Amino acid sequence: MTDNDTTMKVLPVLTAKDFASDQEPKWCPGCGDHSVLQQLKQLLPELGVAPENIVVVSGIGCSSRLPYYLATYGVHGIHGRALPMATGLKIARPDLSVWVGTGDGDALSIGGNHFIHTLRRNPDLNVLLFNNEIYGLTKGQYSPTSKIGLRTVTSPSGVIDHPFNTAALTIGSGGTFFARAFDRDGKFLRSILHRAAMHRGTSLVEIYQNCPIFNNAAFEAYATPDKKADNTIYVEHEKPLVFGKGKNRGIMLDGFKPVVVDLDKEEFSTSDLWIHDERDINKASILARFADEESLPRPFGVFYAEERVTYEDALAAQIKDSQINGCWTLEELLKGENSYEIK
Amino acid sequence: MTDTKKTTRQVNVTSKTSVSVLFAGDSGDGMQLTGTQFANTVAIHGTELNTFPNFPSEIRAPAGTIAGVSGFQLQFSSKPVYTPGARFDVMVAMNSAALKANLKNLHRGGIIIAGTEGFDEKNLKLAGYPEGANPLHDGSLDNYIIFPVPILQLTREALKESGLSSKEIDRCKNMFVLGLLYWLYTLPLEGTMETLNAKFQKNIWMAEANIKAMKAGYFFGDETELFANLGRFDIAPQKQHGIYRRVTGNEACAIALTAASKKAGLELFLGSYPITPATEILQTLAKKKKYGVKTFQAEDEIAGIVSSIGAAYGGALAATNTSGPGLALKTEALGLAVILEIPLVVINVQRGGPSTGLPTKPEQSDLFMALYGRHGEAPLPVIAACSPVDCFYATYEAARIAVEHMTPVICLSDGYLALSSEPWKVESPDNLAEIKPRFQPAREPGDAPYLPYKRDERQVRSWAIPGTRGLEHRIGGLEKQHETGNVSHDPENHELMTKLRAEKIARIADSIPLQSIDNGPLKGDLLVLGWGSTYGAIKTAVEQALEQGYSVAHAHLRYIHPFPKNLAEILGNYKQVVIPELNNGQLVHIIRDTFLIAPESLTKVQGVPFNEMEILTKITDLLKELQS
Repeated sequence: MTDNDTTMKVLPVLTAKDFASDQEPKWCPGCGDHSVLQQLKQLLPELGVAPENIVVVSGIGCSSRLPYYLATYGVHGIHGRALPMATGLKIARPDLSVWVGTGDGDALSIGGNHFIHTLRRNPDLNVLLFNNEIYGLTKGQYSPTSKIGLRTVTSPSGVIDHPFNTAALTIGSGGTFFARAFDRDGKFLRSILHRAAMHRGTSLVEIYQNCPIFNNAAFEAYATPDKKADNTIYVEHEKPLVFGKGKNRGIMLDGFKPVVVDLDKEEFSTSDLWIHDERDINKASILARFADEESLPRPFGVFYAEERVTYEDALAAQIKDSQINGCWTLEELLKGENSYEIK
Repeated sequence: MTDTKKTTRQVNVTSKTSVSVLFAGDSGDGMQLTGTQFANTVAIHGTELNTFPNFPSEIRAPAGTIAGVSGFQLQFSSKPVYTPGARFDVMVAMNSAALKANLKNLHRGGIIIAGTEGFDEKNLKLAGYPEGANPLHDGSLDNYIIFPVPILQLTREALKESGLSSKEIDRCKNMFVLGLLYWLYTLPLEGTMETLNAKFQKNIWMAEANIKAMKAGYFFGDETELFANLGRFDIAPQKQHGIYRRVTGNEACAIALTAASKKAGLELFLGSYPITPATEILQTLAKKKKYGVKTFQAEDEIAGIVSSIGAAYGGALAATNTSGPGLALKTEALGLAVILEIPLVVINVQRGGPSTGLPTKPEQSDLFMALYGRHGEAPLPVIAACSPVDCFYATYEAARIAVEHMTPVICLSDGYLALSSEPWKVESPDNLAEIKPRFQPAREPGDAPYLPYKRDERQVRSWAIPGTRGLEHRIGGLEKQHETGNVSHDPENHELMTKLRAEKIARIADSIPLQSIDNGPLKGDLLVLGWGSTYGAIKTAVEQALEQGYSVAHAHLRYIHPFPKNLAEILGNYKQVVIPELNNGQLVHIIRDTFLIAPESLTKVQGVPFNEMEILTKITDLLKELQS
């Protein structure tokens, strides 16, 4: 059934163009989704996986149109259910590279249950969560990541639902990989997508993505040149947490409490700072909570990456164990183990 | 029909054709195990057999109450049997609640074996008998033959030196009853002894105690004067030679899915969420890893079906199993499977509804949902199983249709079939229909572009699975352009695709067998048209009516959508049609709507199957009416 040989053969050199389908993207001009599509098209040829061995699965929403624009296999499913569809596919076909395009509504609201359970099971999926903090396709209702007070057509007096913290939810659900990227920073986004592709297990990439129509400038604080440096921090494994225009600010841990320190003052140096460790779930959990604290910069990069057996591998191992004496035949199946003979 | 011979102990052994027995007690009394063991023994003995467990939805309802009564009914016979028996001939009542709950279904003159300890003051009160009343002594059971047996006391005496705790000893009382019934029906103990030894391999004292209790029950029958007048019974084995196994409907569904995957050369994937009474399908398949079966216990019903759709897209034989409330949750995904046009088997084991309804009781009330319960125009094939063994053939056929016609298929079972069992003559792989998946082959650069929704003469598209070079394509829930599969909102195209999808399902009628008459004349006064688990009761009732000289026939529908092509003709061959159903009259609507005839309806919505007398009465009433 599977054609594993294709990956072994010398592949023709493919480019982003080879991964573009014949369909014109129908996203609004200026939508952040274009940027994600562009980076994905750039990345896919670098992975060395033949297009026929890649499947892009999605649910419903603007971001879920992603499969239509890539010249791979693709399924556009139903609202909230991209993750179980991708899980079933990956269990049946561990040989495929399976990507999921989903949004804050699709993944965290209608598909919230699937989100947490997929993460704890850890099938090898690359999940791109386009977070624009709004419902775009249904025209501007608030989403489970919309900020408190946001006025929308369904929250004319302002949102009163406390928003989800995607990073904390991922880590709390037993996810093995969380990273945050930004539509405006294409190069960085691509590097994160590459990391996600390399991770064996469910890679959850939250992409801050601007919706110019219904929630424009939701992430402006991390985009404009004058604010960006002080409001964002790019975390790198085994590197100290440094940010600011002149790389003159850092994060120190005071017990469990992250504190911003000024490196220009003599009392602190980079050796006092928190050294990022992707394998440390406790530190990742604190990093995840930065988003809830106004005074802290917003982290981008890989928060957490844990090696854990994937669901499909664990299942395949059980099947292999039970077939230690070979795969049983149809005849044996029909006869069963408690048959008896009437003479 | 009776042939009396004497044993050495001068106890009469009477030959009987068939007997229906109910084991009833508190849900903690081990009646399911007792019934199952008895069924295994009579099956191996070679008699025809049909079993039906009846237990409460609570795992341990308050002990001694009517709500806590658990029963296991079986009929075994020298002739083919299709039901566990409309009424039972023998009832084992471990306590007063068991007696009270089941007495109405005991034949007049039937035998009651009552565990006297279950009829003490406390138990009588829990069962709701008025103060001072005890049915064992007050003459209210004069129409029956009562055997009060101090089951608990005799078990304790037998096991007093076993070294087991008193609690453990008391738990062996069901084996005492089993032994007594083996004596009564001249059946061997060896099969159960083997089972007990295997079950308690690591706790041999327990195996010995259970065996001792069983033997004590057997010898009690032999030694006591209690049964001297009744004597013993013998049901002659009549099965044809061959290898058999006993299967429940749920087991048969699981075996069929695995067999279909093997026959089709596909991997089997089951995405499922536990729900009564469908769960055993998942449980059985979870144990079939040696056949390469992949099961996925999803987080909910929706993930169950959607993961299966993902697996089907990847080229697996994919299935999901559920019961009514679960099917309701799956309906949106069924719409997706319809528009994606991929194979998927959905087994719906119906139970009493709506909502949680009667979770452990059978009903046929999901027929409308199976046929119409989707958004949009979303026709799909619906087929129904009619007996525990037939669950195998119906499920296998569902898989064949799904794969060969690229469509989701709903296969209807119900709580009665799911848990009932009967012996099945082991099927040969050669007798199973071929299942041929139509995988689209790879394409090379320069070949014409692949058209995912190009159809063959049956309007069936091909199965293009990931990993196949040159077939990269995108499909989804949005309406597709004819042939190319690209998203299309064109009005004419939507109408065309709607009609093509419907035509594809309608054309399945070209490849399914014509409807046959199960029993009775090909033309006549009355046709009893059934579907699903009512088969046994209808079969038995029609047999009896024919013996009485009535002009009546029985046809049983396997295919409900699309109908067999000759169904109109068959319906026209009888002056009247009657449709018995365990619902409020659903098939009758569909038949009326499709064929513009006015069938009679016989319905029952009590969470219990029809008994043949109810159907026989309806048949004779209708025929008398026709003649007058």
